[in-house]
Amino acid sequence: MLSIKNIHARVEDKEILRGINLEIKAGEVHAIMGPNGSGKSTLSSVLAGREEYEVTEGSVAFLGKDLLDLAPEDRAREGLFLAFQYPVEIPGVSTTNFVKAAVNEKRKYNGEEPLDAVSFLKLMKEKMAMVEIDQSLLSRSINEGFSGGEKKRNEVFQMAMLEPKLAILDETDSGLDIDALRIVANGINELRRPDRAFLVITHYQRLLDYIQPDFVHVLYKGRIVKSGTKELALELEEKGYDFITEQIDLAALSGLQ
Amino acid sequence: MKENQDTLDLTTPSEYKYGFVTDIDTDAIPKGLSEDVIRLISSKKNEPEWMLEWRLKAYQYWLKLEEPEWANLHYPKINYQDIIYYAAPKPKKQLNSLDEVDPELLSTFEKLGISLSEQKRLTGVAVDVVMDSVSVATSFKEQLSEIGVIFCSISEAIQLHPELVKKYMGSVVPMTDNYFSALNSAVFTDGSFCYIPKGVRCPMELSTYFRINTENTGQFERTLIIAEDESYVSYLEGCTAPMRDENQLHAAVVELVAMEKSEIKYSTVQNWYPGDKEGKGGIYNFVTKRGICKGNHSKISWTQVETGSAITWKYPSVILKGDHSIGEFYSVAFTNNYQQADTGTKMIHLGKNTRSRIVAKGISAGHSQNSYRGLVRASKQAVNARNYSQCDSLLLGDKCGAHTFPYIEVKNKTAIIEHEATTSKIGEDQLFYCRQRGIDPEAAVALIVNGFAKEVMNQLPMEFAIEAQKLLAISMEGSVG
Repeated sequence: MLSIKNIHARVEDKEILRGINLEIKAGEVHAIMGPNGSGKSTLSSVLAGREEYEVTEGSVAFLGKDLLDLAPEDRAREGLFLAFQYPVEIPGVSTTNFVKAAVNEKRKYNGEEPLDAVSFLKLMKEKMAMVEIDQSLLSRSINEGFSGGEKKRNEVFQMAMLEPKLAILDETDSGLDIDALRIVANGINELRRPDRAFLVITHYQRLLDYIQPDFVHVLYKGRIVKSGTKELALELEEKGYDFITEQIDLAALSGLQ
Repeated sequence: MKENQDTLDLTTPSEYKYGFVTDIDTDAIPKGLSEDVIRLISSKKNEPEWMLEWRLKAYQYWLKLEEPEWANLHYPKINYQDIIYYAAPKPKKQLNSLDEVDPELLSTFEKLGISLSEQKRLTGVAVDVVMDSVSVATSFKEQLSEIGVIFCSISEAIQLHPELVKKYMGSVVPMTDNYFSALNSAVFTDGSFCYIPKGVRCPMELSTYFRINTENTGQFERTLIIAEDESYVSYLEGCTAPMRDENQLHAAVVELVAMEKSEIKYSTVQNWYPGDKEGKGGIYNFVTKRGICKGNHSKISWTQVETGSAITWKYPSVILKGDHSIGEFYSVAFTNNYQQADTGTKMIHLGKNTRSRIVAKGISAGHSQNSYRGLVRASKQAVNARNYSQCDSLLLGDKCGAHTFPYIEVKNKTAIIEHEATTSKIGEDQLFYCRQRGIDPEAAVALIVNGFAKEVMNQLPMEFAIEAQKLLAISMEGSVG
């Protein structure tokens, strides 16, 4: 579904990604872990098409298309969804209206008629139940004055509404207490399907207690330095990132000598 | 930042979609202003002597005045002798149905969401003779006259209700009020007149559109609305389509009089031609709008959505004379390209326990300049006056400007005046968030701007709100490469 080949990317003059390779197949859940500043969020930004990140080398194929060639809105319409680490406030625009616009843009792209009010409400009710979100939250200006948990739940709700093929969760667990984390994780688990893949970006292992990954990758200094199964995440939790990063740094040093 | 700017540049400039010229003959008098011209206007309108005298008095006063220069507006000096002061359109041929109208024109209306009857008016189809037979104007007028509501053109009112016109015209905006009100008093050509008798709640929103079909407004409109005790009226003024203006000046006067326990709600969607992308052409819109809450417990509410005109100079105001009276001002002003707007309100608290509320939202794009200018005055006798003002500015891009000039004068210690102001930019983060959800930049900007303006839009009557929302979106529309 997603094939990342040797991606290098920089922001301004700083190279952050230095050759990432990753294959994700339909139905799989991949976790990307790594210490702060390793390039995790840059990877999600590059995939979603944030313009301040410049891809200098490599390619990304998404469902057979050249992802990097598509505008951010077209990537979304093709089925790529990013759950933001810091969801953005838009005063005066309710989540309902925002999501309605998004759903209908996607339908238009696929040559479908926009949903009428009744069908939209029906779809909304169904997804609201799935991710345990309250109607009152959806009537408020999107993300404005939301708690951390409400913002993340709102992201998961949008994901449910847009039914993406690939969902990227950028540190969705950050800033959540344990109850909020559980609700958000349950919502995500509800959305797991054989034809949908997830890329879960996280600093801590605890989210992976709830969302069981098929593969875990460790990102360090812009490269994937270790890949494994969910046991790798547990090992990281136990030993910290140092046990991997020190080896890498040592190897780099000896390489220099 | 650079690319964000580019996105905004691509998104914001838009062409004026209503700049079509309707090919009609006009009965115009020669350019220039003089006593003779005023006499000619008055005689063409078959006015009584007192009206002519009133006009001439205003003209004499105007001659002594200097054009005001205090506004944050820059434009070349207007040559008042280079303007045609009377031009009544004479349609070449009365169209019988919309089928005879240029389809392109109709699609523009469609885009704007203008109702069918409004489309008919705008295209010069006489509503009285349309195929679908019901004459909107006539049926409404009959219904209104049954309950004693007078709704007609000001010219008609001068003929048919001279006692009311004499009593109230110039009572809120005296001819001596300012340069443009004096000019308007001398040369006004038409406008609306509305009288709601005691205890009557006007059952429908009164709009200029079903009246103007036969009497096209001039550039110098004069509107007068009187609400007697315990009455209510909601009045809509729409300029969503272009008026065919030979020249560039538009100077209107609107006066509202609210008696005891009455309420007047006045809504405007203004979309005059704003000029082209380089700032050439466009309407100079110098308007004096003022209401007086004359009776106790009366209320006047102004709501305006301003998207047009090259220059806007407009301060719909309320004089809160009656005790416990309420004044409200809700405004969205959108400027693009080289448009300039200097708009706001005046809330003059005279009575006891008077309250006013100001919500002004300015949106600037392109190279435009958008100023809020407002005065809140609590006079000595205005015990317990309350005001809340909120002025928010939204900038699209970095070549435009937003300015706020709030003036507060308080002469009574019991008054409480609150003022809040914010200025923000459409963030790259907001744009990207929308785009990641599949919403293209153009639609995203429209969504964000409509959200910003929502508090004011909510004040508009439903149909008007939808129209205004579409209008905002169209004003911002551009070709995203």
